[in-house]
Amino acid sequence: MSLKSHVPEGAIQEKWTKHQFDLKLVNPANKRKFEIIVVGTGLAGGSAAASLAELGYKVKSFCIQDSPRRAHSIAAQGGINAAKNYANDGDSVWRLFYDTVKGGDYRSREANVYRLAEISTAIIDQCVAQGVPFAREYGGLLDNRSFGGAQVSRTFYARGQTGQQLLLGCYSALMRQVDLGAVDLYPRTEMLDLIVIDGQARGIVTRNLVTGKMDVHIGDAVVLATGGYGRVFYLSTNGQGSNVTAAWRAHKRGAYMANPCFTQIHPTCIPVHGEHQSKLTLMSESLRNDGRVWVPKEKGDKRAPGQIPENERDYYLERRYPSFGNLVPRDVASRAAKQACDEGRGVGETGLAVYLDFADAIKRVGEDAIRGKYGNLFHMYEKITGENPYKTPMRIYPAVHYTMGGLWVDYNLMSNLPGLFVLGEANFSDHGANRLGASALMQGLADGYFVVPYTIGGYLATAKIAPADATHAAAQEALGGSKERIAKLLGVRGKKTVDELHRELGLVMWNRCGMARNAEGLDKALGEIPRIREEFWKNVNVQGSGDDLNQTLELAGRVADFLEFAETMVIDARERNESCGGHFREESQTEENEARRDDEKYSYVAAWEYKGVGERPALHKEDLTFENVKLTQRSYK
Amino acid sequence: MSDRNIRLKVRVWRQNGPNDKGRFENHELAEISQGISFLEMLDLLNRQLTLAGIEPVAFDSDCREGICGSCSMIINGMAHGPQKGTTACQLHMRHFEDGATITIEPWRAKAFPVIKDLVVDRAAFDRIQQAGGYISVRTGSAPDANAIPIGKEAADAAFDAAACIGCGACVAACPNASAMLFVSAKISQFAHLPQGQPERWRRVQRMVAQMDEEKFGACTNVGECEAACPKEISVRNIALLNRDYLLARFMKEPV
Ligand SMILES: Cc1cc2nc3c(=O)[nH]c(=O)nc-3n(C[C@H](O)[C@H](O)[C@H](O)COP(=O)(O)OP(=O)(O)OC[C@H]3O[C@@H](n4cnc5c(N)ncnc54)[C@H](O)[C@@H]3O)c2cc1C
Ligand code: FES
Repeated sequence: MSLKSHVPEGAIQEKWTKHQFDLKLVNPANKRKFEIIVVGTGLAGGSAAASLAELGYKVKSFCIQDSPRRAHSIAAQGGINAAKNYANDGDSVWRLFYDTVKGGDYRSREANVYRLAEISTAIIDQCVAQGVPFAREYGGLLDNRSFGGAQVSRTFYARGQTGQQLLLGCYSALMRQVDLGAVDLYPRTEMLDLIVIDGQARGIVTRNLVTGKMDVHIGDAVVLATGGYGRVFYLSTNGQGSNVTAAWRAHKRGAYMANPCFTQIHPTCIPVHGEHQSKLTLMSESLRNDGRVWVPKEKGDKRAPGQIPENERDYYLERRYPSFGNLVPRDVASRAAKQACDEGRGVGETGLAVYLDFADAIKRVGEDAIRGKYGNLFHMYEKITGENPYKTPMRIYPAVHYTMGGLWVDYNLMSNLPGLFVLGEANFSDHGANRLGASALMQGLADGYFVVPYTIGGYLATAKIAPADATHAAAQEALGGSKERIAKLLGVRGKKTVDELHRELGLVMWNRCGMARNAEGLDKALGEIPRIREEFWKNVNVQGSGDDLNQTLELAGRVADFLEFAETMVIDARERNESCGGHFREESQTEENEARRDDEKYSYVAAWEYKGVGERPALHKEDLTFENVKLTQRSYK
Repeated sequence: MSDRNIRLKVRVWRQNGPNDKGRFENHELAEISQGISFLEMLDLLNRQLTLAGIEPVAFDSDCREGICGSCSMIINGMAHGPQKGTTACQLHMRHFEDGATITIEPWRAKAFPVIKDLVVDRAAFDRIQQAGGYISVRTGSAPDANAIPIGKEAADAAFDAAACIGCGACVAACPNASAMLFVSAKISQFAHLPQGQPERWRRVQRMVAQMDEEKFGACTNVGECEAACPKEISVRNIALLNRDYLLARFMKEPV
């Protein structure tokens, strides 16, 4: 199948406006005849469900948490970008567009990114109207701060809890639609398969996580907004429930998986501290506005940070990147931290940490001002480490955080499978090989509030959708398959816990397909992953039954999918013999150890087609053309 | 910080669904590093149970950084345990002594039926939110975000109330199982903002009515809710709710 991105003709500034006009409309009276299944209630799914219901569609909304308000978007800390230029510092739609394409190391689709930048301003308006309490100045107007990869202040924030406040706004819009009877809510319900009828995505198989009951839901279109797959690494900043299951199931039903190897390792997280850790905690990037990153100049310097004099410290980001300093993009900051530690200059017990020091900022503006900005983050740091970051510098290290890859979508956010729309972190579309800070929240809300409500109408107005219900053979086949799999998971009763096997997979992924990758390591991973997968199905131990709440069973199903997905991710990393953004292939670097792109050969989106478990997927390429941004070697010096 | 290993006795509530009577089960854990979190300790307990052929203890968690409001358990008689302003997932084992016995129970409230072990059904909170816990604004119909300036103090007060994570600790800690702190936090967030004014009086009446329907108890100003709240939401919000509720009734604002 050829990959058509369906990017409209015309100048980039006019594409979206023109496209909105060209899209066929669904007559208001007909909207209620269409039923849309929305999986996920994070910023992307929640905003989509609410907006689609407002338009008059019948909407079913699913999530695995006990309430839509607990989707993992809630955990976002730092902020959301928008090209409002309230700071009057030279921002514009064009600059946000440019920064995002450049930040993504020229591996995203220009037209999508431009639209994102264009829509960004309406998002802030929408959220403020919903009562989202963004930070304000004394004059009553909205405050902004800077984030990595940008030289303007365009990030809106609500203390260190921006995701929470945005999600609660979105959740309230969703609850309003439930109140009006336009949305049916299905919390604690997991999608286990996608139902495809006559080549169109038409429904899902679900399991009620409380009763174990498996059901079929059929509609006219399916929207997946199921978040990222960072937990393939086991340790990450993602929530315990984050998974690839919904996306992977769709992939197995024909949807292409794009650029799965593009994962983001966030530079400022609390370092790993032992072998029983279940997650890593992010310390928002906003901290780099005031914190200075350093390590000792000498290898193996074990002195306490306070005893290392100024001239024996290496503020390596400021030294290497004088114009962006501590605010270089994430991939650059993470790699620099890894290099410092690889050189033996890392700090703390494990030597896998660098300092993030606020002493200068506290001297400059006082402890209270710092508390006002970052109080909850400092508090969180102290709870976890038992150390007071006002007194002694934080210790941080990079951790898996976000996944730029995801299901392939066209300009309409529709997969190659007609009727399947993919939003938010679950799709691949806007961030290329590296996402800029504060841009995921923007993208999730852009997709859900302002893109899919239009584009889904264009699909429904023109697609020929035959009547079907749960008795359809395809639906019954999918339901039967899911039931069988549950029985199989419960039947093994082996000797290893799900967690143990998940951790083994995570270690392989982190060591071989993490911050730095090379052909040899990736090849090894391609041997190791199938071995763990095989062991999983022979030796996993899932207690309990499938007829009530069984959290181990849920997790087992998700880990089983990670074990298949991981292989595709490694194959993608192996195929891409260049470094770009978060994908650093050691074979492809400059003399100064920066990523070296190969635009001649790799200026494309790698979209993989499923061919069977353990079989090599087929590669389809969407060529990326840049008409508005000049490709350059990224420099933050 | 180097962390020691400690031994623990765990007395944990087991219950197979809302109709089961439930009981405590006792387990011992040999080597628990004080550096791990409380939920990681439960992960280890569950690992031990699984390998012994016993079904693990069900408990809710997702973010494990104190923001999603999933985790919910009574630890040694206190909602979320002994640390002030801390969710169970952010509680670390360094606050427990070697050899200690830890008792773990689910939230106990009529409005929160137990689903299994430590997992309860908090859908009542969603239903309260559905009863007007929102500002009616259609997507795309909002004016420019800076069109209405909001003083920093009002914005901060709205934020303080909006910080609620909806975990339900306030209900679990209250001797009457009242949901007043939760409901008042939402009312208060919107009451402090100009955007919240048009629906203010209707909202407070509807949300309170729904709260009563869900069988939460009455508020008698005990104050345990504020003490247990991991986000330290103030009981001043309850005073605001009471005032708004009275005013709304007085104005005979239609619901
Ligand atoms: C700690 C942290 C901090 C962050 N900070 C920022 C920030 O400051 N700025 C920024 O822009 N971005 C930030 N990000 C990234 C950003 O938060 C996420 O990318 C974004 O919120 C994802 O939103 P989403 O709607 O796509 O998915 P999510 O919010 O992850 O929602 C996924 C939804 O899908 C549901 N779901 C998943 N699988 C299934 C299934 N099989 N069946 C049914 N339902 C399912 C879940 O229940 C959930 O409702 C941060 C991320 C993390 C982890
Ligand atoms: S798990 Fe999210 S608040 Fe505890």
